Amino acid sequence: MKLPIYMDYHATTPADPRVVDAMLPYFTEHFGNSASRNHSFGWAAEEAVETARKQVADLIGANPKEIIFTSGATESNNLAIKGVAEMYREKGNHIITCVTEHKAVIDTCKKLEKQGARVTYLPVQKDGRISLDDLRNAITDKTILISIMTANNEIGVLQPIAEIGAIAKEKGILFHTDAVQAVGKIPVDVMQLKVDLLSLSAHKMYGPKGVGALFVRRRNPRVLLAEQISGGGHERGMRSGTLNVPGIVGLGKAAAICQAEMATESARLSKLRDRLNDKFHERLDEIYINGSTEHRLPHNLNISFAYVEGESLLMGINDVAVSSGSACTSASLEPSYVLKALGAGDDLAHSSIRFGLGRWSTEEEVDYVVEKLTNVVRRLREMSPLYEMVKEGVDLTKMQWITH
Amino acid sequence: MAYSDKVIDHYEHPRNVGSLPKDDANVGTGLVGAPECGDVMKLQVKVNPVTGVIDDAKFKTFGCGSAIASSSLATEWLKGKTVEQALAIKNTDIVTELALPPVKIHCSVLAEDAIKAAIADYKSKQTQDKTSSVGAGASV
Repeated sequence: MKLPIYMDYHATTPADPRVVDAMLPYFTEHFGNSASRNHSFGWAAEEAVETARKQVADLIGANPKEIIFTSGATESNNLAIKGVAEMYREKGNHIITCVTEHKAVIDTCKKLEKQGARVTYLPVQKDGRISLDDLRNAITDKTILISIMTANNEIGVLQPIAEIGAIAKEKGILFHTDAVQAVGKIPVDVMQLKVDLLSLSAHKMYGPKGVGALFVRRRNPRVLLAEQISGGGHERGMRSGTLNVPGIVGLGKAAAICQAEMATESARLSKLRDRLNDKFHERLDEIYINGSTEHRLPHNLNISFAYVEGESLLMGINDVAVSSGSACTSASLEPSYVLKALGAGDDLAHSSIRFGLGRWSTEEEVDYVVEKLTNVVRRLREMSPLYEMVKEGVDLTKMQWITH
Repeated sequence: MAYSDKVIDHYEHPRNVGSLPKDDANVGTGLVGAPECGDVMKLQVKVNPVTGVIDDAKFKTFGCGSAIASSSLATEWLKGKTVEQALAIKNTDIVTELALPPVKIHCSVLAEDAIKAAIADYKSKQTQDKTSSVGAGASV
């Protein structure tokens, strides 16, 4: 086993060597501009891009013509939401999203609010999922877009996308989903789910950074988007800019590999994740899983280790790469807004660790992480005034805390 | 985030972790911070009633590495100081000693608050119980 161990696959994934091999010729040998229509250099690049477009489309059950290549999911989310808001301005100005969305969606919506749009941020229930009744109640005759993520990046919780898609369809509202964490990991089919716009990113599925895609439905309905980057009219006029050919080839290859290996890989990771969870529960008391265990990505685990602060926990496991919802890991002093939205209490948000398993995770690594982390949790609990108070029978919720 | 060597040292080898009997008249306890803010410090001092010198200091901290280091360092500094000397410890002294970055300054503030709270607790015990203790910390 090699140290340090990477167990933060929600943040990013290493490129699969097969992906890198596929990309390499497109830096040097086939360096052409895919928009060059009158020579073989351009044709080779264009052919590679179209192959990749089909590979990405196949992974999500789309038509290749419905795939728009972008620089990544942040751009895809911006293009989808701003593009719809601008294009359908006459129809309405109301957008519905959710409090646990990624910042690329939330901040895009915030920006549109400043420009006069109305945005509803649906709350989530204790399990991290939105309520479909809340969604129905939020819809008005001015609603033009619903944007709800497929899987959450912190807690891995899956939203009821098919149900949301059905509601959106019924009401004639466009439906966008940020599916970055789900695509390539679990089956995602835009036809079945009745999704109109879907964002995905290569580097979350063993492809390179700096490339992603937006699925834009062409039939029933034909979705139109106002371009956000103007120029040569690439990508059906929705996203100008010379195509990142090697990146796109990498995204395509990554998509093809994910599609071929998804069934076995997700079963393997789900077993590993359960092993991780079971072993923690065997060894430690007062640990809590954040978010639904039923509707969840197979490779995600997010646990709060009560009475221990997340950053101090990370400090004790410096040969393991995981992430914490504690504010102390970032410049802000607020803990994870996703965990806060679950309503479990800020103290548990501060005590949370996100584990993201992936293609190179092994049983040996899981066992090592459990042992290492258990020891640190025990050591820090011995040092924790909260743990001591609880063991003495003090009810922490009834304490008068002196905040600074 | 990169930690200074001193923060890492205090985190890995915290000084004076533990608890003193909080009902002892010569022990002052300070409990500051809040779980929802991500840090809680309990700092205790045991004052020699004759000399007014802090004989022992203990802490327990729920918080990030810098919070642990700040309170660990505080207990180290408190031992051997008089109550009045202890009150002169400033959070900026802790910031300098541990080379805390700006986002971690609140950890040092909390440690200073914990020292002040512990000593205030000790002093209030002394005024309540003047007959049994005529130590240096008795007057407020």
